[in-house]
Amino acid sequence: MIPELGHYALVLALALGLVQSIVPVVGARSRDASLMRIANSTAVMQFVFVAVSFSALTSCYVSSDFSVATVYENSHSMMPLIYKFTSVWGNHEGSMLLWVLILAIFGALVAAFGRNLPVTLKAHVLAVQSWIASAFYLFILLTSNPFLRLAQAPFEGRDLNPILQDPGLAIHPPLLYLGYVGFSIAFSFAVAALIEGRIDAAWARWVRPWTLLAWMFLTLGIAMGSYWAYYTLGWGGFWFWDPVENASLMPWLAGTALLHSAVVMEKRNALKVWTILLAILTFSLSLIGTFLVRSGVLTSVHAFASDPTRGVFILAILVIFIGGSLTLFAWRAPMLKQGGLFAPISREGALVLNNLFLTTACLTVFVGTLYPLALEALTGQKISVGAPFFNLTFGPLFVALMFAIPFGPLLAWKRGDLLGVAQRLMSAAAIGIATTAVIFAVESGNMVLAPFGVGLTVYVMFGAMLELAERVGLFRLPLAIVWTRARGLPRSAWGTAIAHIGIALSMLGIICAATWGTEHIVAMKPAQTVSLSGYDLTFDGVTQRPGPNYTSVVAEFAVRKGGKLVGSMEPSKRSFSSRGMTTNEAALFVRGFDQLYLSLGDVNGDGSIAIRLYYKPMVLLIWIGAVVMMLGGALSLSDRRLRVGAPKPAVKSALQPAG
Amino acid sequence: MTRKQRRLVLIGTSVGVLAIAAALILSALRDSIVFFNSPTDIAEKHMAIGSRMRVGGLVKPGTVARSDNLLSRFVVTDGKTDIQVRYQGILPDLFREGQGVVVEGKLESSVLVADTVLAKHDERYMPREVVDALKKSGRWQEGEAQGTGGKPR
Repeated sequence: MIPELGHYALVLALALGLVQSIVPVVGARSRDASLMRIANSTAVMQFVFVAVSFSALTSCYVSSDFSVATVYENSHSMMPLIYKFTSVWGNHEGSMLLWVLILAIFGALVAAFGRNLPVTLKAHVLAVQSWIASAFYLFILLTSNPFLRLAQAPFEGRDLNPILQDPGLAIHPPLLYLGYVGFSIAFSFAVAALIEGRIDAAWARWVRPWTLLAWMFLTLGIAMGSYWAYYTLGWGGFWFWDPVENASLMPWLAGTALLHSAVVMEKRNALKVWTILLAILTFSLSLIGTFLVRSGVLTSVHAFASDPTRGVFILAILVIFIGGSLTLFAWRAPMLKQGGLFAPISREGALVLNNLFLTTACLTVFVGTLYPLALEALTGQKISVGAPFFNLTFGPLFVALMFAIPFGPLLAWKRGDLLGVAQRLMSAAAIGIATTAVIFAVESGNMVLAPFGVGLTVYVMFGAMLELAERVGLFRLPLAIVWTRARGLPRSAWGTAIAHIGIALSMLGIICAATWGTEHIVAMKPAQTVSLSGYDLTFDGVTQRPGPNYTSVVAEFAVRKGGKLVGSMEPSKRSFSSRGMTTNEAALFVRGFDQLYLSLGDVNGDGSIAIRLYYKPMVLLIWIGAVVMMLGGALSLSDRRLRVGAPKPAVKSALQPAG
Repeated sequence: MTRKQRRLVLIGTSVGVLAIAAALILSALRDSIVFFNSPTDIAEKHMAIGSRMRVGGLVKPGTVARSDNLLSRFVVTDGKTDIQVRYQGILPDLFREGQGVVVEGKLESSVLVADTVLAKHDERYMPREVVDALKKSGRWQEGEAQGTGGKPR
């Protein structure tokens, strides 16, 4: 009964989606406010029905109803409750349902909070949002119905892929989807603006908070996915330039560019056409990401099942939405009025440069990700494009971008003074160069790139703080005045500085872990000790432990530093009998930002083991940096000026300087 | 500066950055990509010694030999041709005899010295490269990788 209820609710959501796709557009044509208003209620009701559908599926998983095919395929009655929940989206069908659930949430949010939006714009935005939603409802109902029943209900399920039985998986996909799907709002606004042929700074004011929100979730989602891969795959790596990872990085890069260009549009009414294009591209890249991950063209953890009809269906959605929106763009964009002027050396110019680097970096990732697929389709030749490619292409572009970051916030709008800014940045640059020199000297000149990289991140961090320090008058004015000034500073200024510090922190973590990390792969017998970057690790032996739906083999290690016991580590392997496979549970030992990382290899009959041991200095900064970036975004989002649904007068007064 | 000059600066910078990116991409594509081969391809194409490649196939049963210092040797086969692989390190959890595997490394005379060994993520799926290699040598039966999919065990 419950699965049928969920299925039925999804069909109703589709019906509502179709109504919402057409009626508001007709209403906007005929200036009929009552027709346009229908979208408000349908958007909210779509959310309600999809939520009912999703809850129905969740309840099937929780109650282990193996008569439902996806539950049988991906769940097990012995599984801990949390994994019964997370396995809802640990498979193709359920994850698509999560996708439309989040889409429906965003649609309902626009309907609920968009009270101040111009009526026709809102009608168009909700209609476009509903086109996307309807396409995906159809996709689920026709090719990936999660509520399909089995003729005979088996007694036991086939279990969730053990790699996915991890707390990290509980949060990674929903966060990532909140990001991916959140960009649909920017897309809908862009398409709505093109339909109306009109766009102004108020448009950017609307789009920016939504983009920022999506960007925050995507940032956190990517970081979570990276940390999850780091500790579950047991290779000690945090980023593999796997096409599936790239699929999430591309919308992030384009979305970051969009955030910055929307600022220019909002403040200076310039770069309109470019911002619209970026909004379209960002969501298009999210769709491409969904296609790459869900169509089965790639082999990875994420390719749950490869069914050709699904791939073709998603490809069709992709072509219609990307092709359609770009055609609309080519047709309508020339009609949009040109915006404000600015000199090449100005805040606008710096943000254009930022966009240029980000989109070009995104392009290199795009080429590296899709070139192998294209080559195989055209010539049948199979290649793999790995880290070396991206280090050589993405790397230099990102370094150039890092150089430019501190300049942006210091330059004035319209016309800036590059020399003046360079002088103001001298202190930050000096600290950066000094850091480089010190590291270079300590390493007795053996390395060049790493000291340079660390110096660069230090320069970016100090550059970001310098901007704040100057604005509040630190070291110039009495502390009391500094304090009031700091409080008076717009939160978006704090947000910018903090996000920039975040990206520098992540880079610092990457550089340090890659340069000063050590790795040993050894065979060990019980009571043997290995030393690793100042730590002595003694292997005490192997024990077996039962788990809820697996048995684990645990290798026990004692960690000593300078002869003193500082902790213990227990890398293990879990064997899941239901699927006949094992997973690797790396052991992590945290000291400050540094980590020791042990990953268990083969366990032999005589009690000896093969083990990977890593020392990774500053590695935690990689993910902390991402969280800091996210917090910067949150601070910026909480800026009164940007608050979603902020009262009108505030919007007006903030608009004036831009006019 | 006139509007025209400003636009020129903007377009000039964009073209400059894009040109740099294009140059980076082209040089990286020449130097850092790895071609995928089946064991038969290697035998037929007479690959240059020392060239980097990926090879996919099945681990031939009874050929896996491990020694104390984590050195392992095994044979990868596509059913038609075999290739010797030597690997120093820890083999992945799902590495088993008779199962699909993808190895990446350098060809040294007739032995592939691998630095990466990839097995499947899941017992239900076969790496696609392996499936294609097996299909090419005619040793593939449809539905093999999916195993007992859909039926209770």
